[in-house]
Amino acid sequence: MRDQTCIVGTGTTAYGRRGDFYERGQVDQIREALDLALAESGLDRRDVDGFASYSVDANDPSLLAPALGIPNVNFSNLVFGGGGGGTCGAIANAAAAVIAGLAKVVMVYKVITQPPHMRFGAAYGSAQVAADPMSDFHRPYGLVSPVQFFALLFQRHMHRYGTTTRALAEVAVQTRAHARRNPKARRQEPMTIEDHQSSRFIAEPFRLFDCCQENDGGAVVLVTSAERARDLKAKPIYVMGGAQGGDSLWGQGLTSQNQPEDLYTSAGHRHLAKRLYEMAGVGPSDVDVALFYDHFSGMVLLQLEDYGFCKPGESGAFVENGGISWQGGRLPVNTHGGNLSEVYLLGMTHVVEACRQLRGESTSQVDGAEIALVTAGPSNLPTSSLLLRR
Amino acid sequence: MALSEELARIGPNATTRPFWEACLRRELRIQRCGSCGRFRHPPLPGCPHCGSAESEWPLVSGRGRIHSFTIVHHPALPFLAEAVPYNVVVVSLDDAPGARMISNLLDAEPGELRIDLPVEVWWDEAGPDVVLPCFRRAR
Ligand SMILES: [Zn+2]
Repeated sequence: MRDQTCIVGTGTTAYGRRGDFYERGQVDQIREALDLALAESGLDRRDVDGFASYSVDANDPSLLAPALGIPNVNFSNLVFGGGGGGTCGAIANAAAAVIAGLAKVVMVYKVITQPPHMRFGAAYGSAQVAADPMSDFHRPYGLVSPVQFFALLFQRHMHRYGTTTRALAEVAVQTRAHARRNPKARRQEPMTIEDHQSSRFIAEPFRLFDCCQENDGGAVVLVTSAERARDLKAKPIYVMGGAQGGDSLWGQGLTSQNQPEDLYTSAGHRHLAKRLYEMAGVGPSDVDVALFYDHFSGMVLLQLEDYGFCKPGESGAFVENGGISWQGGRLPVNTHGGNLSEVYLLGMTHVVEACRQLRGESTSQVDGAEIALVTAGPSNLPTSSLLLRR
Repeated sequence: MALSEELARIGPNATTRPFWEACLRRELRIQRCGSCGRFRHPPLPGCPHCGSAESEWPLVSGRGRIHSFTIVHHPALPFLAEAVPYNVVVVSLDDAPGARMISNLLDAEPGELRIDLPVEVWWDEAGPDVVLPCFRRAR
């Protein structure tokens, strides 16, 4: 797969508060994001002939193709799983379709609009989940929200390695500082370590400022062959590798909490990391900037370990010693402001920011960034990750 | 005294029914592979370690230790507003190595909850047809 395909255009809609765009509908937002991506790439909408998405997306090609003015559909594909685990997998599937000749230009898309009657954070308590016999082993005990599942994993990490919530604060504060340089980010208020440490608990040890936002918005990313990309308007961003899946003993570990101990105190990305580096032919020391899926600050720490930027148990010290600082840090992280402080579009903006970094266009630019790591959300299997280069 | 009757309505299927039927008799039975002998929980139709479909349901003591916990302060669902703050614990069972149960610790005061705390199963009649395995501090 290495370097055979490129991301040639990205588009993000205006961002709204939770529920703002519900009435407007998702297809119209996909159209807004697609038009921006097309303009960036110089492609025409009639060039698009494939669709890839994830997270039980309701916007299938029968709805999209006519509404978007796309004449022919040659490929469509959805990655399994609920949350943001499939973002990078959807990009990898788009790349695979182009390499296999199934399609010429694939649009990867995702929109979030929250209906008035349901919140994302309550997804595991919904009627649909109640009909699943596997949920009988967690739902009756009030374990019904992603923040609670991840709190359990991180609490054990704190016990096993002595990690503190000060390390969580470091992630939240650095991410907010990035957001404040990004005019599009939704969170612009300054945040100090003390602000973080005095914010209210949601599920111990996670506080309000450890949690991502809930909001509305959408994004589109266009993938085509490297050959075609060279003639297009935007600087091509090469897909070095895209891994999806995970370790079977992680399985439904998020909701079942039954992973073996070494996996329990991880983000569940170790198998993916190994495979991704092998595909791309590079290692952690080659990565200039990382866009880690940050539904919760603690999962940034665990991913630093899974992707080999420090040893298991050392992520707390890594961030407290300035390891993820924008200037002078070994590995700047989430330079757009992340899910925590820019916007929560199920990981799509992490892909978009990686492209900006590699084109030299980030509002928190890392000097000379050549290779970016992007991860999708730690979750039940499958999840995914990408390596991109300029 | 389940957190919420609404959440405690369970719907077993063929794979999970042996567990829940044992609970009605106040017996904690954990699925064990009939081939390699390893425990697994929640129940699955096959063994994650060896792939065998053979399984048995031995009775276990219900004693274990807190593997991890959280104290939930924010009610994710409106009807949990009265229940917060509440704890959720993950329990490693002493005589079912490899199996962990998600539950509530019923008799812990805030601040008493800690990893490795010894606990034992405590049955909670959550409804007419539901007995939930919960835990209390080991006596
Ligand atoms: Zn077995």
